[in-house]
Amino acid sequence: MSKAHEIRLSGSGGQGLILAGIILANAAVIEKRRVTQTQSYGPESRGGYSRADVIISDKEIFFPEATRFDILLALTQEACDKFIFDLKDKGILIVDNTQVKNISVMSEHTYEVNFTELVTEKLGSPITTNICSLAFLVKITGIVKEESLKQAIAGSVKPAFLDLNLKAMQLGFELAVNYGK
Amino acid sequence: MPTKIKKIAKPVEEKPVTPAKSGRKIRLMQGNEAVALGALDAGVNFFAGYPITPSTEIAEILALELPKRGGVFIQMEDEIASISAITGASLAGAKSLTATSGPGFSLMQEGIGFAKITETPCVVVNVQRNGPSTGMPTSPAQGDIMQSRWGSHGDSPAIVLYPDSVKESYELTIRAVNLAEKYRTCVILLLDEVIGHMREAVTLPDIANIRIVSRIKPTIPRHWYKHYDENQKYLSPLASFGEGYRYNVTGLTHDALGFPTNKPNEANDMMERLRKKISYNIRDLVQIESREMEDAKIAIFTAGITARAAKSAVAAARAEGIPVGLLRPLTIWPFPDDAVRKMLRNVETVIVPELNQGQLIHEIRRLTKDKQDGNLIPIQRANGTLITPNEILRIIREVH
Repeated sequence: MSKAHEIRLSGSGGQGLILAGIILANAAVIEKRRVTQTQSYGPESRGGYSRADVIISDKEIFFPEATRFDILLALTQEACDKFIFDLKDKGILIVDNTQVKNISVMSEHTYEVNFTELVTEKLGSPITTNICSLAFLVKITGIVKEESLKQAIAGSVKPAFLDLNLKAMQLGFELAVNYGK
Repeated sequence: MPTKIKKIAKPVEEKPVTPAKSGRKIRLMQGNEAVALGALDAGVNFFAGYPITPSTEIAEILALELPKRGGVFIQMEDEIASISAITGASLAGAKSLTATSGPGFSLMQEGIGFAKITETPCVVVNVQRNGPSTGMPTSPAQGDIMQSRWGSHGDSPAIVLYPDSVKESYELTIRAVNLAEKYRTCVILLLDEVIGHMREAVTLPDIANIRIVSRIKPTIPRHWYKHYDENQKYLSPLASFGEGYRYNVTGLTHDALGFPTNKPNEANDMMERLRKKISYNIRDLVQIESREMEDAKIAIFTAGITARAAKSAVAAARAEGIPVGLLRPLTIWPFPDDAVRKMLRNVETVIVPELNQGQLIHEIRRLTKDKQDGNLIPIQRANGTLITPNEILRIIREVH
């Protein structure tokens, strides 16, 4: 992969999207690639909008925010409505259909998965939805290696929660297998 | 009963501040984190501040790290106290720094003036957010460009540095501390919210390769010491409190010993010192990045995060064969007059994008008479979002 990849992870505050963005960026650093990670969020700590942008490239990255996305992850309806028009023509759209019920423009590569429901059902709480959906994104797109993601998770979450997060990662990988990846 | 005379506590010995050891390997780092690590590597051993979004991480990291290294961290009651504390600590010999954002920066203006008139080295980091007043705490703006120059009342010189990346945030923090020490003044480091919060992969240089400047100490007999003595470049030694050199510190206009004066000749000496120590050292202070300017017919002049959009636009326009370049000040004050004049001579059009309603552009206007209308193009916005590469590229294409 030689061109720049622009990835936007979007949803609402408290869903852990900025942490997911940091983990993805760390995975890229592990692979010695160029990366910038930026974010935008409201003043509230829960609720409100939240997004994390990650740009991964092999060349110098000038503008650090994603403007035309190669990959868009939307965990809420609001985020999906707001950002879908900036997805590139052949871009990959991943939505959590626990919350996203309407997709105004269907991308050729659209993946609808009920992440929140599945994570709550299998792991007892929706708290690791961010990691599960990120792992799904990584497996589907191959943007970084699975092993790099695992290392980045280990380096970013508290040891007490590592096991839970790795289970969520595994669940994300397994879900991707259903789509032939 | 005879009173037992207790030995009064000895003055605390100054513990050496050991520089940050944290990872010299490549790692993902936030702009604010880079500032904190830069401060530690530059030898900052005193921080007083009042945490405020989007600068909070600087205080957070220094609160953890400074005590470990023998330094001092104090959370003050407000920003007026914070700037006062770092000024006092500096006079006691510390390398001191504070970090804030718009509302706090406004409160600090009086104290910044005091640090400048008393010629006390210190650094204020202002991670700019959208304003005025409380504004949008988590959104970017470049609205404090003029405030960082003119915010404090009275004529006072300003040294203001403005990075555009995480790595440069680290480098310019060290430079800010060095310049404060060298020029005995309050140096301001301006960051954009997006740069403060952005993460990039950075490899910090080895401590051994970092140039550290510390204030000149007086070597003359104590009774000869003048706190505001002149040498050729208007830089004078600085004795710390407690070292035996006596001087007065006041915000009133003062003579060479620091005592208040109303005499026009002495007032003139003081004001000229403050002015000349900056204006006689422009070459040492000004840093600019010039990109693709050799054959450029269109130039973009901008700083901080907006320069990142401009670099992207320049690369895209060059790929289309349009002769466009970028001039970016790393030091915005003193303003790089010479470089801007040269740019104005060589190009036909200058585009000035900035996240405010027009600040940098006034400086360009000051330096040109003939590029006022069609040839000087502003792109201005103060709504909390960034100017994108495409917006700049569109203007470049229109001009071309």
